[in-house]
Amino acid sequence: MNKANENLREEIQLISGVNPRKCMRCGKCSATCPSYDEMEYHPHQFVYMVETGNIEPLLKSESMFKCLSCFACVDRCPREVEPAKLVEAIRLAAERRQGGDRLTPDDIPAFLDDETPQQLLVSALRKYKK
Amino acid sequence: MKLSYFPGCTLKNKAKDLDEYARRSALALGIELEEIEEWQCCGGVFTASRDEIATKLSSVRALAAAKKKDQPLVSVCSACHNVIRQTNYAMQNDEEFAFKVNNYMGEEEAYDGTAQVYHYLEMLRDLVGFDRIRERVVNPLTGKKIAAYYGCLLLRPAKVMAMDDPENPQIMEDLIRALGAEPVIYAYRNECCGGYVTLEDPELSRKKSNTVSDSAANNGAEMIVTACPLCRYNLVKNGSVLPVVYFTELLAEALGVKEVKA
Ligand code: SF4
Ligand code: SF4
Repeated sequence: MNKANENLREEIQLISGVNPRKCMRCGKCSATCPSYDEMEYHPHQFVYMVETGNIEPLLKSESMFKCLSCFACVDRCPREVEPAKLVEAIRLAAERRQGGDRLTPDDIPAFLDDETPQQLLVSALRKYKK
Repeated sequence: MKLSYFPGCTLKNKAKDLDEYARRSALALGIELEEIEEWQCCGGVFTASRDEIATKLSSVRALAAAKKKDQPLVSVCSACHNVIRQTNYAMQNDEEFAFKVNNYMGEEEAYDGTAQVYHYLEMLRDLVGFDRIRERVVNPLTGKKIAAYYGCLLLRPAKVMAMDDPENPQIMEDLIRALGAEPVIYAYRNECCGGYVTLEDPELSRKKSNTVSDSAANNGAEMIVTACPLCRYNLVKNGSVLPVVYFTELLAEALGVKEVKA
């Protein structure tokens, strides 16, 4: 693994507090993920790719934005790896890069309807913007 | 009994019912919900990262305020509860995080993670008791078949939320029984509605939401109850075949406090 990838892996592990080496590759996290069909990289791949330092593709993929933060993978992983925390850390690392915001408050009005709860707006801003 | 109360931004706006019925029902059960002074929005979702401080401060402040009054902190909205609970857990279990937070807050009093946090449902179960609620019911919802929809935020991560068995929860079914109605068990009651992703991928949330409401309907339910404004929004917007109401509305109805006397 080259130095850049090693640093990136370090950063992701630090942000998330996750140790991907605990994973036994059973695939349960991906099997239970409600966004499985929408993802290019699935939860177990996030874990494996972070472990091997193959992180750039994750940072460039849409997959992190398909995670619903439902925590099903966290609860159903037999090894307490907590894959959702890795997805979150990848998302943060991507958004913290220059120009990384996916959404700004100016984009919000276009999404509104009469019933849109504040909860949705604040959640989206928290997820799509550093 | 007086408890500290964190209503949250949605309950002050689009989900006023959820708030109003919660307060009125609590009063009918002998509990006064005392709103935390100058609370700020919880942010809707907990950022599961150890190096993010700013997004967690509003929860820490609410927790510290409740602790100062020696009162448990209650919220009704699933999202607020999830964020506050996860923040409290981090304050208790992640020393480095807690240090950074307290360091940032500076002159404010250090908070040690020891406030008690209850979701309103837990308050009903643990502080009031479902038997006592049953005794107070004046309009039993006899014969109603009701599907409890938990979604994600109330239950997970289970280690932190510690409300109920995340794969086979009972708390809302027990409440439904206490109100005289019949709970309907269905497979998708603890699966996700699509959450905030509905904003940029409405199709994804349509699929997830319809799976939930169809599953409830196919098991014979007449209505769905929830504690989460976003679950309700997603289910209703995506054309749920069943009405979706807040659990506090049913509670208020059964306790006879739904309509206020003029
Ligand atoms: S938290 Fe994200 S990655 Fe994990 S199961 Fe839910 S949607 Fe999938
Ligand atoms: S469920 Fe846990 S152990 Fe299994 S593949 Fe996913 S992260 Fe690895």
